[in-house]
Amino acid sequence: MSRRLRMWVLALGLAGLAALLGAACFELPDFGGDQHPYGDRAVRAALSHHTANVVSSVNFDLRALDTLGEESILFGAVLGTVVLLRQTRDERHVEPAPARVSPPVRRYALYALPVTLVVGLYVVAHGQLSPGGGFQGGVVAATALHLLYIAVDYRALRRIRPVGRYEVADAAGEAAFVVLGAAAMLGGSAFLANSLLPYGEFNTLASGGTVPLLNAAIGMEVASAVVVLLARFLDQAVEIEESPKPPSTPTSRE
Amino acid sequence: MMHVLPYLVAAWVFLVGCYGLATSRNLIHAVGCLAVCQSATYVLLLAVGYRDGGTAPVFSDLEPGSRPVVDPVVQALALTDVVVGATVTALLLALVVQVAKRHGTVDPDELSELRG
Repeated sequence: MSRRLRMWVLALGLAGLAALLGAACFELPDFGGDQHPYGDRAVRAALSHHTANVVSSVNFDLRALDTLGEESILFGAVLGTVVLLRQTRDERHVEPAPARVSPPVRRYALYALPVTLVVGLYVVAHGQLSPGGGFQGGVVAATALHLLYIAVDYRALRRIRPVGRYEVADAAGEAAFVVLGAAAMLGGSAFLANSLLPYGEFNTLASGGTVPLLNAAIGMEVASAVVVLLARFLDQAVEIEESPKPPSTPTSRE
Repeated sequence: MMHVLPYLVAAWVFLVGCYGLATSRNLIHAVGCLAVCQSATYVLLLAVGYRDGGTAPVFSDLEPGSRPVVDPVVQALALTDVVVGATVTALLLALVVQVAKRHGTVDPDELSELRG
């Protein structure tokens, strides 16, 4: 198909889709309307389980099974990336060279590192109270480690980041979620039901039943997953390069 | 007009992403366009959940029942959406890295031949 013909097909398709979506928009309930039956019920359920952050309650209590699926997608994507970005036979490993970092960058990145790490852990720990939770806090905590790459160099980052252990932590986070769900079943309730722990006093750190525990499991998994993902991409950029002498067959693949 | 504007914005963002995806000459750019398409779903979800005068559904500093809150269910869905979007982007970029290594190009139009 020529490029010109393809553009016509695209224009036709987009025009049709635009017409359908535009028509559908006028059939939707008005923006800002007062009818939110699911929202109202979720707020009531979260308050009855003493969870101040209703979004966390939806994710880790009411829809915890969906979060397990979401977590598994993350786990599978990390696994796929690890497989795709491994060192192949026609590539070699080079030792990264030490890099010179300008002093202000080094200073502020090193100041920011512990602060970012603490903020990440805070966001995970307060997921049941204030906006945040395992997903957000995990990403922040993983970012903190990579400030070392900016502040010093790749070798320093590699020293504090044994990728194997983070891969284990990733799997452990996923497993902890399933185990907490199964524990609820052993307690005589449904899988991942929030029935294991007392709901605690509203708006305190130990409130919400299993929500803080599930948040911690997710936080561990997400932080490890981000570290492993970035490690694989950084390896490709810094450590792995094509062999200087190509094999004798012109287009060899394994 | 105001009562449908956010929905129309979501549709527009989605169509822009589709256009970029179809006309892209670079796979990294195409992955970015897919992220734009997905951003349309964030706008749509949050627009569906909005309530006039509503605030965040977080009661750590808000007396329950004192103010209307926006729909927390769609906010949780948007969070799921963001996470899945980020991981899919990472996986696609890993594929692009391999395509670039094996075929020496990231232009989808030049990837027509089957090899291997």
